[in-house]
Amino acid sequence: MFDLNNRVALVTGASGGLGASIARALHKQGAKVVLSGTRREALDALAAELGERAFVAPCNLSDAAAVEKLVPEAEALAGPLDILVNNAGVTRDGLFMRMKDEDWSTVLTVNLESAFRLARAAVKGMMKRRHGRIINITSVVGVTGNPGQANYCASKAGLIGMSKALAAEIAARGITVNCVAPGFIASPMTDVLNDKQKESILGAIPRGEMGKGDDIAAATVYLASDEAGYVTGQTLHVNGGMAMI
Amino acid sequence: MSDVAERVKKIVIEHLGVDADKVVDSANFIDDLGADSLDTVELVMAFEEEFGVEIPDESAEGIVTVGDAVKFLEKATAKA
Repeated sequence: MFDLNNRVALVTGASGGLGASIARALHKQGAKVVLSGTRREALDALAAELGERAFVAPCNLSDAAAVEKLVPEAEALAGPLDILVNNAGVTRDGLFMRMKDEDWSTVLTVNLESAFRLARAAVKGMMKRRHGRIINITSVVGVTGNPGQANYCASKAGLIGMSKALAAEIAARGITVNCVAPGFIASPMTDVLNDKQKESILGAIPRGEMGKGDDIAAATVYLASDEAGYVTGQTLHVNGGMAMI
Repeated sequence: MSDVAERVKKIVIEHLGVDADKVVDSANFIDDLGADSLDTVELVMAFEEEFGVEIPDESAEGIVTVGDAVKFLEKATAKA
């Protein structure tokens, strides 16, 4: 089950913890993986760890021209793309009334617009081959909302809507488009929280602990697999029960 | 029938799975040949591949019949 041998995957944000977990899991199932991100050293280190079938394609997702080149570059490195994982994301948190235009547009550009551009570039070849998997990493807050994150929530909700529209357009061509929505995932970002903050977060999670990158990676592997071919336009929530939607 | 017309018609027949006698110059991809809008995008992609040309979106919008495609591609390949 979930064999990804001979599949080619592009993972954005692979220099971050979650993206690296996703890339490792796809690679473990046999896929060739193209690692994209902004931090070259982190990508190189991950590629070295994975060994064969790993390629590095750094990209600044706030640069539209660079984004347009990423899919062709990935295909030149690893072959025709079967799986696109739009995982990269940034936050620029702030109260809505004080939110700067720039904080709004940066988050929307990196989190949503780059996913649109990459999917548009990837779909062309996938249509011809009658097979493809597009997986957008969204967030529980794209559905529930979260104070201080209007821009981030908008971008993540936007990914869900975009995925549904694209899924409907190309389902008949053997291409699925789905989202994975993590809840609270342990990361360097959550490590800095103090005990009281952690306690209050955990209190809201029926499972009683934070998720791991591997939990999200496993959901991504499933949606990337041949076995998930009948699943499209969906959002798979992986959040320990903190929101049941 | 020109070489271009023949190749265009072959692609249309294969892609849309329609009878050859229906694929006449005046046949509209959507109204006469049962294509949906995504099929027309795929046809344009197939034409691009077959003829090694790029068909910009503005031109693609004007290609609604078999004859439109033949005319566009005859011009485009003559230039190349």
